[in-house]
Amino acid sequence: MCGIAGLFAKRDALQPRLGAHLSAMLEQLAARGPDSTGVAFYREPAPAGSCKVSVFSAAAEPPWRELGETLEARFGDASEPRVIANHAVYEVSGEPAEVQEWLRELHPEVTVMSAGTTIEILKEVGSPIEFVRRFGLERIDGTHALGHTRMATESRVTTQGSHPFSTGLDLCLVHNGSLSNHNRLRRTLAREGIRFQTENDSEVAAGYLTWRMREGATLEQALEGCLDDLDGFYTFAVGTADGFAVLRDPIACKPAVLAETDEWVAMASEYRAIAVLPGAEHAVTWEPEPGRVYSWGMAPVA
Amino acid sequence: MSAGDAVRDAVASFDLASVSVRECNGRLHAARDPRPPARVRVLNPGGRHSLAVGLDADYEVEIEGHAGYYCAGMNQRATVHVHGNCGVGVAENMMSGTVVVDGSASQSAGATARGGLLMIGGDASARCGISLKGADIVVRGSVGHMSAFMAQKGCLVVCGDAGEALGDSLYEARLYVRGAVAGLGADCVEKELRAEHIEQLAGLLARAGVDAEPTQFRRYGSARRLYNFHVDNLGSY
Repeated sequence: MCGIAGLFAKRDALQPRLGAHLSAMLEQLAARGPDSTGVAFYREPAPAGSCKVSVFSAAAEPPWRELGETLEARFGDASEPRVIANHAVYEVSGEPAEVQEWLRELHPEVTVMSAGTTIEILKEVGSPIEFVRRFGLERIDGTHALGHTRMATESRVTTQGSHPFSTGLDLCLVHNGSLSNHNRLRRTLAREGIRFQTENDSEVAAGYLTWRMREGATLEQALEGCLDDLDGFYTFAVGTADGFAVLRDPIACKPAVLAETDEWVAMASEYRAIAVLPGAEHAVTWEPEPGRVYSWGMAPVA
Repeated sequence: MSAGDAVRDAVASFDLASVSVRECNGRLHAARDPRPPARVRVLNPGGRHSLAVGLDADYEVEIEGHAGYYCAGMNQRATVHVHGNCGVGVAENMMSGTVVVDGSASQSAGATARGGLLMIGGDASARCGISLKGADIVVRGSVGHMSAFMAQKGCLVVCGDAGEALGDSLYEARLYVRGAVAGLGADCVEKELRAEHIEQLAGLLARAGVDAEPTQFRRYGSARRLYNFHVDNLGSY
């Protein structure tokens, strides 16, 4: 079991309360995933020519100031770190892929959780209730967000093994289910140059999407490829710069509910996580069909 | 009333914004034989799980919103009306009584149900009526894949379409579908709709309050080729 929550604000008025609403959703999914919690917020785009990186450090006294100085020295301009619990978000002048690669090569003491222009991934071991408090989640705004509560089945409970997994710039994946061909697929993807940090099966699904899109597939095509290439159970939600996409495996062992009002679009593992949203009782609510890609966004998913 | 009191009022109301599901169910279980039949309203269900499970009395329960998993599971005698959608396993293992869902139901609706009637106003998703053992299910909309998988007894009536692998490994349950069937499961075949079936179907549609013409339905049942082990059927087991 695991819990997934996604929320997309169709109107600007909802954006300041996005974190508060996502927090309420995650708390409803605590029983589905008490081991670790994570979120991806899409908010405040970096200025043109700049990017955002979200970085995690396990150190008792994280080197945020020093890291900021080295980023500034290398890329010319970097913001003060915005510290959120044991994560920090930097705005850096430069291409997100380049900044991410540089951090991975030269600063292995920290983990890059996400890179892009709007995405900010935060994740940690522990229950959603603890996570919401520690990360001040209720105060975070944004246009849309994904969240995950993990009940570990396939690999260790670690910060890096928590969801969401970055699948590329401004992209991330959350997964409810388990994959059975992940070891073989991981080796195949590793030969293609995709790097993995954990033994986690969901990270392989994220790596698969990264690889397919690197090879020219659209997000929709990459997700449809999952139907052929992934063996196992899954409900996936993928966050994009514009919105999010949802896919369930053809057997549909893992639950999903979608709901939409004039104010928002929401996705959750169970309806009770949607019931806490304003106006949920009047939302159009339905269960996504197995094996079909659903997507929402400010612009159509490319 | 204290938590141990039986529900014998003409109308009892449980607001789940302030009363736990456990307390609500406990109070309903405490009344073994309410007279006159008690009417119960459950407010603010909020998709909570296990609402009105294990009832064994002539209640008329109105759930005023969406229900979560296993709503009205193991029901006996009671009538449970959900004014909304239901999550996984509504009326699973129902023994008798009636469960009405105004909206749609998620997977495994009516799983293993032995008796009573389950009526779904919208669609039911995958595995509706899985291992059905004697209850009747009427779905106004469509059902998802693997519906009536290994169903043994009872009827599944689908006014819309049925998904892939309908009636896979079916025993003696009867399946009536008005719309298109995406595919039949192993050992499930279309059978003649005879007068006795039309009569049975008309009765079920009337009980469910569905205005549909029985002759527009097709009947599916077991070809009975998988009942006993036969080496020629190895690929189908």
